[in-house]
Amino acid sequence: MASAPSKLYADDVSLVVVLLDTNPFFWSSSSLSFSQFLSHVLAFLNAILTLNQLNQVVVIATGYNSCDYVFDSSSDLNRSFENGRMPVMCSSLLQKLEEFLIKDEQLSKEEPEGKIKSSLFSGSLSMALCYIQRVFRSGALHPHPRILCLQGSPDGPEQYVAIMNAIFSAQRSSVPIDSCYLGSQNSAFLQQASYITGGVHHKPQNLDGLFQYLMTIFATDLHSRSFIHLPKPVGVDFRASCFCHKNTIDMGYICSVCLSIFCKHHKKCSTCGSVFGQAQSEAASASDKKRKTPET
Amino acid sequence: MASTHVTKRAKYKTTIKDPGTPGTLRMTFEKILFVPHNPKSAGKLDVEFRYIKGKKHTKEGSNKPPWLNLTNNQNGSFIFEFENYSDLQECRDFVGKVLAKGGEVSEKPTVAYPDEQLSAAEMELRIKLLQEDSELQKLHKQFVLSGVLTETEFWATRKKLLDREASKKTKQRLGFKSAMISDIKPSTDGRTNKVTFNLTPEVILQIFAEKPAVHRAFLSYVPNKMSERTFWTKYFRAEYLHSTKNSIAAAAEAAEDEELAVFLKQDDILASEARKKIRRVDPTLDMEADEGDDYTHLPDHGILREGSKEMTESQNELYKRSLSQDINRHAAVVLEGRAVDVELEDTKAVAEALAVKTEIESSNKGESDGDTSRERLDRLSRMTEIEDLQGPNTLPLAPLCIKDPRDYFDSQQANALRSSGDALGEIEQIKCGLSTQEVYGSLRESISSIKAMGLKEPIVKPEVAHQVFDALTNSISNTKYHIGKNPQESVLDRLPRKTKEELLHHWTSILELLKHFWASYPITTTYLYVKVNRLKDAMSNIYPQLEEIKGSVPSELRHQVSLLVRPMHQALDAAIQHYEASMQKRSAQSGERPNGYV
Repeated sequence: MASAPSKLYADDVSLVVVLLDTNPFFWSSSSLSFSQFLSHVLAFLNAILTLNQLNQVVVIATGYNSCDYVFDSSSDLNRSFENGRMPVMCSSLLQKLEEFLIKDEQLSKEEPEGKIKSSLFSGSLSMALCYIQRVFRSGALHPHPRILCLQGSPDGPEQYVAIMNAIFSAQRSSVPIDSCYLGSQNSAFLQQASYITGGVHHKPQNLDGLFQYLMTIFATDLHSRSFIHLPKPVGVDFRASCFCHKNTIDMGYICSVCLSIFCKHHKKCSTCGSVFGQAQSEAASASDKKRKTPET
Repeated sequence: MASTHVTKRAKYKTTIKDPGTPGTLRMTFEKILFVPHNPKSAGKLDVEFRYIKGKKHTKEGSNKPPWLNLTNNQNGSFIFEFENYSDLQECRDFVGKVLAKGGEVSEKPTVAYPDEQLSAAEMELRIKLLQEDSELQKLHKQFVLSGVLTETEFWATRKKLLDREASKKTKQRLGFKSAMISDIKPSTDGRTNKVTFNLTPEVILQIFAEKPAVHRAFLSYVPNKMSERTFWTKYFRAEYLHSTKNSIAAAAEAAEDEELAVFLKQDDILASEARKKIRRVDPTLDMEADEGDDYTHLPDHGILREGSKEMTESQNELYKRSLSQDINRHAAVVLEGRAVDVELEDTKAVAEALAVKTEIESSNKGESDGDTSRERLDRLSRMTEIEDLQGPNTLPLAPLCIKDPRDYFDSQQANALRSSGDALGEIEQIKCGLSTQEVYGSLRESISSIKAMGLKEPIVKPEVAHQVFDALTNSISNTKYHIGKNPQESVLDRLPRKTKEELLHHWTSILELLKHFWASYPITTTYLYVKVNRLKDAMSNIYPQLEEIKGSVPSELRHQVSLLVRPMHQALDAAIQHYEASMQKRSAQSGERPNGYV
């Protein structure tokens, strides 16, 4: 459902939903320590709230086993977390974050060795989109929403389908997804998300200046993006993961009914159940060979 | 003119002013040969008709000498002067014949596959599609006319396009006119006592549709008892009698001639049909017919056909017609539509076709008459039911089957877990020697430390911030010039238009070639082998063309163009590699068969 134009609001009122990566396995091996990261982020959130009186910020923590809302600037519950050393907003966020981590740890179960330790990005993306939908339906007067993902964990290929679904629904509701990747490799999911929805993707070179990156690139509201130049990635990694093994592939088989991608020839599509025909001598069979080349 | 060649004495002139070299002109279907009488002169001419584009000649009545001017492709012309105009005429006719034939031949695309019989309609469809879509036409010209692909192969993948074109062409059947053309007014000839009725096939069809009694009479009388002409004469005599409003005379003639009587009576078929329809009507719903339709027997009904308001005796009732009956009948027939789609010229065929159709209809209605009454009763009871007193009426529905989405996602999870062991080579793996507890613990520690000490002071060091800002600004301004502001803006739009079109055309032609190439594997027949060879040659020719494009572009765009061209290269390379590998395998397998036939 597209948002109704909110003419009574100024053009630059924004609602930023921040997806914070709290995957402990990533943070224990990252060059940037979690507390430094939090300082950068908290200062940045404060700055967003000062840009415009009507701006709103929502923070969702992307954990290893679960996701949850940890901060909502429009709620009144922040009063109870008074702490002399920092603004009220920060202390309430930290408190909630701590509680979330405790809960998350309790949910952890014994994992087989060798599994990729990725966070539940698809879950937090879906929660963000649900929150934004609620804002859309709250009336004609609402800020322009966008999503900012601060991710460091690697992509979990088993989440490919869920993440792509979320990306397409964000595209449909015109919600840009900005992403800032803090890890060492490249994240194909984040690049695709920003490319498809019209957001900004950036991988900071110098993590000590993370606050400066956030302020320069990600604090820009949607209206100003029409005349402020933001960094563009040189190319997007469009490779998909196959549906059977979750490997990243660039040449594979596609079911012509539901467009699911497979790396090997199958008798039957596992998504829609359609049976693939026999290959005839000259004409192509039901699943064509398709080549996806990464755009550079 | 049955000759396959023409030989005449003529003079050959290169221009109009040239006096001309006398000699013999010999024309066959393939070429024109002119040999001068004097072997030493230089005017010998041997031209094939393929190169002749057109012809001009001087008119007979003018004062000019008889010249024939043949123009060729390169805009040169050959002028021949004949001895007299009849010679010119002959040659002109011959040339015209050859040119017409030649025109035909060049338009028909080369059908190399002799098994395919194309109907004229099919050819027309193809030509129309080619004319409408210039991209398709370019591809067609490039591949089919140069022999890389045959017609059949080219169109084999485009069946959907052809079908769509064909379905657009299904003719709409014209309905009947609403004017009552079956009501023919004769034209009278003032001089003689004849009246002339004009009868066209369209009118015949209408008469048969509107007057089933006449139709029945036609089927039974023609050609057994009388010819068609006699039949129509009698019919129009009846019409004339009606028009004279002389029902007494009509009765008298009807008594004499029984065939005529058929035309003069009321149409009993219509009456019985109306009665049948009334029986079939479902009073709850269907107003197909009602009591009022069977009005033909009612007395004093309506305006009489020829406008007379006289009351006449009932014995002549039979021979009167009323205007409303005819108009209603005509309207009913027009609304039914054109029931038969037969060539109108053959009256007998039309009559038979209509008869067959009415027979089918009446038999369909007739055989269900027994069941229909029961069915009607059923429907009546259903329509008039009282809902409160009925039991629950559950309609048969297919049960809704919503698959649990967790099934799908869980199965994917299981797959991922099972095979993630092998997939880790590419993907980054976090080397984590610590246990879960330790890891969570360290995270919580960070949070407590920040709670205790507050945010980092300063959040970011000024030098670092400055560095970051500089680097960002530089990279943004660089990429803006190289790639463009909008991440979704395409590189293609920044190239000059001609280059862009060429690149896109190359891409579609490469796709076409690759489609046919990959579809031909595995090679099982010689036809496929030959085809694959042709395709491979065409593909190798594309490489130099791509290089040319790259060279023609200004240097700052060259890198972009080479990036765009790279996937084309890759696709072609993959195809050619496959080809060479299969060739090697083939030659390794069949040592004693060098031509590669398996």
